[in-house]
Amino acid sequence: MDDGASLSTIAGFPLSVSKMKYEPVIGLEVHAQLLTESKIFCGCSTEFGREPNHNTCPVCTGFPGVLPVLNKKVVEFAIKAGLATHCDIAGSSVLARKNYFYPDLPKGYQISQYERPICVDGHIDVEMDGAVKRVRLTRIHIEEDAGKNIHDAHTDASLVDLNRAGVPLLEIVSEPDLRSREEAGAYLRTLRAILQYLGVCDGNMEEGSFRCDANVSVRPQGSETLGTKIEIKNLNSFRAVESALKYEIERQIETLSGGGLLVQETRLWDEHREETRSMRSKESAHDYRYFPDPDLLPLTIDEHWIAEIRAALPELPASRRARFTAAYALPAYDAELLTSRKDVADYFEEAVKIHANPKALSNWIVGDLFRELKARRLDEQLSITNWPVTAERLAQLVQMIDQEKISGKIAKTVFDAMLDSDQSPQHIVSAKGLEQVSDSGSIEASVDQVLAANPKQVAQYRSGNEKVFGFLVGQIMKVTQGKANPQKVNEILREKLSAGA
Amino acid sequence: MSLAALTIHQAGEKLRRREITSVELTAAVFQRIDQTDDRIRAYITLAKEAALEQARRADQQLMRNEMASPLLGIPLALKDNFLTRGLRTTCASKILGDFIPPYDATTVQKLRHAGAVFSGKTNLDEFAMGSSAENSAFFPTRNPWNLQRIPGGSSGGSAAAVAADECIAALGTDTGGSIRQPAACCGVVGLKPTYGRVSRYGIIAFASSMDQVGPLTKDVRDAALLLEAIAGHDPADSTSASRPVPKYSEVLNREVKGLRVGVPKEYFVPGMQPLVAKATRDAIRSLANQGAQIEDVGLPYTEYAVAVYYIVATAEASSNLARYDGMRYGYRAKANDLNETYRISRDEGFGAEVKRRIMLGTYALSAGYYDAYYLKAQKVRTLIKRDFDEAFKRCDVIVTPTAPTTAFKLGEKIQDPLQMYLSDIYTISINLAGLPALSLPCGFDGDGLPIGMQIIGKPFDEATILRVAHAYEQATEWHMKKPRIEDG
Repeated sequence: MDDGASLSTIAGFPLSVSKMKYEPVIGLEVHAQLLTESKIFCGCSTEFGREPNHNTCPVCTGFPGVLPVLNKKVVEFAIKAGLATHCDIAGSSVLARKNYFYPDLPKGYQISQYERPICVDGHIDVEMDGAVKRVRLTRIHIEEDAGKNIHDAHTDASLVDLNRAGVPLLEIVSEPDLRSREEAGAYLRTLRAILQYLGVCDGNMEEGSFRCDANVSVRPQGSETLGTKIEIKNLNSFRAVESALKYEIERQIETLSGGGLLVQETRLWDEHREETRSMRSKESAHDYRYFPDPDLLPLTIDEHWIAEIRAALPELPASRRARFTAAYALPAYDAELLTSRKDVADYFEEAVKIHANPKALSNWIVGDLFRELKARRLDEQLSITNWPVTAERLAQLVQMIDQEKISGKIAKTVFDAMLDSDQSPQHIVSAKGLEQVSDSGSIEASVDQVLAANPKQVAQYRSGNEKVFGFLVGQIMKVTQGKANPQKVNEILREKLSAGA
Repeated sequence: MSLAALTIHQAGEKLRRREITSVELTAAVFQRIDQTDDRIRAYITLAKEAALEQARRADQQLMRNEMASPLLGIPLALKDNFLTRGLRTTCASKILGDFIPPYDATTVQKLRHAGAVFSGKTNLDEFAMGSSAENSAFFPTRNPWNLQRIPGGSSGGSAAAVAADECIAALGTDTGGSIRQPAACCGVVGLKPTYGRVSRYGIIAFASSMDQVGPLTKDVRDAALLLEAIAGHDPADSTSASRPVPKYSEVLNREVKGLRVGVPKEYFVPGMQPLVAKATRDAIRSLANQGAQIEDVGLPYTEYAVAVYYIVATAEASSNLARYDGMRYGYRAKANDLNETYRISRDEGFGAEVKRRIMLGTYALSAGYYDAYYLKAQKVRTLIKRDFDEAFKRCDVIVTPTAPTTAFKLGEKIQDPLQMYLSDIYTISINLAGLPALSLPCGFDGDGLPIGMQIIGKPFDEATILRVAHAYEQATEWHMKKPRIEDG
C-alpha cells in the first residue's frame, strides 16, 4: 500500500490530513549534449545552427542498410564524467535499442543503454548555505539525441530537422536524494559546473545542450516510503526547474491534503501558464522493448584507458573552491562564485599572479566583470576567450588603486574606458589626466576655495553640526574632479576647520 | 555453348587471353536473360545499359592489362537487398517503393573496384524472409530445373539466375539458410561465410546478429574467388572481423586425406526425403574414399534451433524494420494524422509474412515476455554454439544435408508457415552459431531435382570448407549438369 492509498482511506478526516507536514522527494535526470566534433555513430558534424538537415548522412537519417560505428570520444567523455562524479566505470558495457515511433527518430529506435551502463553508483557533493549535501548518482549512460520536429503554423504539415539526430548525449540519473527545489537547483548548478570543467558539455540550458527531467513525489514528514512519482518534462532553464518543482510540490500537497489521489504520470511544464499539465499516465506508457543492439559489440573499457583519463582530469570545482578559500583567504561566497566557471577561476588566478590582492580582484570580477559578461552574453559560452578586459589589465587597474595612483571611484571610469579598448589602465589614466592628486599644497588650495565659498556650512560645523563635513568633502572632490586623494582631503579639511574655530 | 554458361574462372581466362571481350560476355548474359527470364523470373530489375558501360570500361582495362582481378569484366547478379547507388533497390517489398539508394553497399563497392559488371537485381522473399521466393511482393521465381517448383529462398532469384546461366555468378545473403537452401534447390554452390567475415554495411538488415553476405556460383572455385573479393574488415561495420583474408582459391587443390569429417546423427531423421539422406551419405563415402576420416558427432541442441531462431531473428527484424515508416523514403499511404500514416503505410507496404514476423518479434521483446522468450532464446543459442565447439574438437568439418527435401512445388507450403520454416532446419543452427557453411550439389532425386549437401566449418575456416567441397566436386560431375529450361 503506498501513501496515496493510505491517505485516501482517511480522506473523511480532513483535519488530521491537513495538519500533516509533507516532504518533497526529488530525483533528476539530466541529458547533457557532448562537445564532440562529430556525432555518436557517424562522421557528421555536431555544429549547432546549420540549415535544417545539413549535418546528415545515410547513417543518422536511418537509411536502409546503414550501421552505427561508435565514436570513441563519446566513451572517453562518459568516463571523464563518471570519474569526476565518483562512479564505478564498467569494464564491459552494452548499447541497447529503445524502440518507439516518432518522426524525429529516423530508425524507429534510439541507440541508448539499458542494462550495463558505462558508469554506476556515483555521487556529487553539493554545497548549499555552507552545508554539504551528498547526492547519489544511479548511473551515467551514453545515447544518441533525436532530431527536432518543427510544427509549421502556415501549413498543416510538420517539418523534421535531423541535424541533432545522432548528437551524443550523456544521461545522468540521480537517486531521489533531493528534498527541496533549492537543493535541486544547487545540484544542477554543481553538476553543470563539473561537466563544464571537464570540457564535455557547454551546459547551455536555453539551447538545449543541458536538459533536465524531474521525478518528484511528496510524503508525510518522517515517512520512509515513497509517494506517487510524477515525472516533469520540458524544463529548459534553471528557473523552469525551480518554478516547476515549486508548482508541482504544492499541487501534490494540495491534492493529498484535500483527500485526493495522485496517479503516476508524466507532466509537461508550461512556462507561459506557469503550471504542469498531464501528458500521459503510466497505463498508456510506452513499452520500449529494450534489447542489446546487435550492430554494436559489447563495449570493453580497459583499466589502462581509465587510468589515463583519470590522470588527465582537471582540478574540479569543489577542490578548487576549497583551495581558493585557503590559499587566497577569500570568503566562501567569493570562492563559490569564482569557481563556478573554470574560465573565470583561471582568469582570477592569472590576475592574482600579477597583483596579489585576491579580495579586491574578486570584487571586481564578481561585480563589474560579471555584469559585462552578462550584458554581452559571454556567460553563455562554455569557455570565454574574448574577455572584455584581460586579466592582466584588471590586475594593473587594482594595482593602481592600491598604489594610490587613482581612487576607487576613478577606477570605475578607467574600467569602462578599458572595455574593448586596446589601452592599458596607465595609458588611459595619463591620457585623460585622471591621476590622483596627493600633493598637500594643491589640495590645500582647493580646500581653501571651498571653505571660502561656503561660509554658512563652515559656521554650522564649528557650532557642532558635524554632518556638514561630508558635504564639504563632496564639494572639494567636485572642485578636484574626483582626483584628490580622499584621505588627504579629510585630513586637511579637518585641520583647517578646527584651526579656524 | 553460350558464353553465359561459363564460370568466373573460365570466363576470366578467356577475357585475359582476349579470346572474348566483356561486352560480348555481358551481351551473351543479357541474350540468355531475354530467352529464359520470362519463365524463370529471377530478376526484379535489369541494368543492361549500365552493365554494358561497365563491360566497355572493363574491356579498356583488359586491353591495357592494367588489372588482373579475376572479376574484371565478369557479369554478376545481386540479390535485391544490396544497396546499389543509383539503381533501384526494392528488397522485394512495396514499402521501399521506387527506392534509389544514395550509396553502395561495401560489398558492391569492392566488386566495382574489382571491375565486375552488374547485370541486375534478383528476386527474393520480401526482406529475405522466406524459403521459396514466393514471399516477393512482385512475383515468384521458378526453379530452372522444373518450372512448377520453387527455387528456394530467400536468395531464390540469385540461385535461379546462376542455375539458368542468366549471370556468371551472384551474391546473396543468408540469415537462416537463404544462400544454402536455394543453392541446394537449384543445384549450384552457395557459401555463407562466418559471421563477421564479410561486411553487412549496405545490406538491408533482416536479423543483424545473423545476416551474412555470400556467393552463389557454378562451382567451388568461383565461390572461393568471389569470397576473396568481398571478405575483409570494414570500418563501417563494427561486427566485421579484422582478420586477414586468405587466398582461398590457392588452397583448393590440397587433398583431404587425413581430414576429419563429422557426421551428426541429429541431421538424419525420419521424415526427411530418403534420397536426400542417401545422396549425402554417398557424398560422405566419397570423401572417405579420398582418405578423409569419418567421425560421428552429436549436436543435441539441434532440435531447439528453429524455435530459437524464430524468436531472435524476428525480435531483431521487428526493430530493424521500424525505419520503414513512410517519413523519409519509400511507400507512404495517404492518411489523416501521424499514427494513421504509420499504420496504413506499414499495413499496405509490408506483406503478410513480414508482418507476421514483426508481430512475433515485437511480442518476444515486450515487457513481461522478454525473459521468457528473447533472453531464454539467447541462452539456448549459447548452448547451440557450444554444441558445435564440442563437435569441432573431434572433426575439421561437419557434413549434413542442406535441406530435408528437394525443391517443393509452388504454393505447396505458402499457406503453412510452420512447414515452410522447417525447410531451414539444417541451416538455421549454423547462423545461430555464426559458423561458415557451404552447400554444393551431390545428386538428383527421382524427379530430376538437385540435392545439396552442406559442409560446415570452424569459425573463419572457410578455406577448409572450400577445400573439402572442391575435392568432392573434382570426384563428381554433378556441377557440370545444366537444367533444360522448359517452354512456359
